[in-house]
Amino acid sequence: MMIKKNVATSDSGFIFNPATGDSFSANPMAAEIISLLKQGDSSASIKKIILEKYEVESGQLEKDWDDFMLQLRDANLIES
Amino acid sequence: MRESSPLVVAVTGLNAIDSPGPGVAVIRAIREAFPQQVRIIGLSYETLEPGIYLHNVVDKTYQIPYPAAGAEALKNRLAYIHQQENISVIIPNFDAELYNFIKIAPALHAMGIQTFLPTFEQFDARDKINLFQFGQRYGLMVPKDKVIYSVHDLPLCAEELGYPLVVKGKFYDAVVAHTLEQAQKAFYKLSAKWGFPIIVQQFITGTEINIAVLGDGNGKMISAIPMRKLYITDKGKAWAGITLEDEKLIDLANTFVSATQWKGGCELEIMRTADGQPFIMEVNPRFPAWIYLTAAAGQNQPGSLVKLALGETVDPFTEYAVGKIFIRYSWDHITDVSEFQQISAYGEL
Repeated sequence: MMIKKNVATSDSGFIFNPATGDSFSANPMAAEIISLLKQGDSSASIKKIILEKYEVESGQLEKDWDDFMLQLRDANLIES
Repeated sequence: MRESSPLVVAVTGLNAIDSPGPGVAVIRAIREAFPQQVRIIGLSYETLEPGIYLHNVVDKTYQIPYPAAGAEALKNRLAYIHQQENISVIIPNFDAELYNFIKIAPALHAMGIQTFLPTFEQFDARDKINLFQFGQRYGLMVPKDKVIYSVHDLPLCAEELGYPLVVKGKFYDAVVAHTLEQAQKAFYKLSAKWGFPIIVQQFITGTEINIAVLGDGNGKMISAIPMRKLYITDKGKAWAGITLEDEKLIDLANTFVSATQWKGGCELEIMRTADGQPFIMEVNPRFPAWIYLTAAAGQNQPGSLVKLALGETVDPFTEYAVGKIFIRYSWDHITDVSEFQQISAYGEL
């Protein structure tokens, strides 16, 4: 799962897709995941970080993860 | 050359209603390209075009005859203005006036006034009436359309194109019609305003993107800036927009310029479908009202056009700033009745 290379993100959670002109505001959790994806981290390693850092069940994380990836895909932010 | 004699550029399109003319934006870009070297002459049709009264934008304005008065009347008026002002370059900015300007371009050249306009062939090829054939000829994606002269042809158009469909005026305006009644109403309204024919076009949904383009007339693209409309008025005009990074759009503009050998500025109106296909909805044969964004993004198209018109070599731009946003706003400019009287009575201000 790769965030498109030209997608710009900021620490504040602002996301800008220069190919479409779309912009989004991400909450801190989403911004952290996007930042890690942009660094090239794998899904597995990001999930591991989240499980270690936050109080969340792995089943819940999987569900939320899939939902979030769908949102990113809908927003045209992921490499096809 | 410009050190000894000032650069005098005459510009039309000084109106700024909800569908604004490009003139003021063109002037802003030219002033930026030639700081303190340029004198701007406004060419107006109506007495309430705001640019006439913006003296920090336009140095002097002259009224010119409406296009319906013909090319000869325009040429004579411009000859008079040239005597007063020694015009270097004229940039017309309205579709409806271009025919006359192209026609008198050789005469203007003989007077010492330069233009940088498309040829009649280029101008006609991209006309709404010929757009579908134009797309087929050059392998560009263009929506299907029907050119009609009678309201009785609408049912057949609907049968072939389906609803909704887009009813378009010869020069400007478009209405999306979901029923035959709506299409008929649009037909009568647009034909009364702009004459015949009426163009009925397949409706394409997607993201509205415009590309401002400058071609050198020999197949080389000097500049292309794609802009996505962020805020759209009820007339379909961009009231805010943002520059995009998309090689497909630049390639499309390049294909257009090399295929047509386009000379001058133009605007490609694009509808990008959900699967990323860019349909050319219209080709406007002049700069758009948002043209200053090209200068703000690093490719000053009006400034470059002036240089090309003067015979200077202009290298194609290779970069521009992505994510530059324009936000249009309205401003109540205050003037005095004496100024209104001056332009109304004497045709000059």
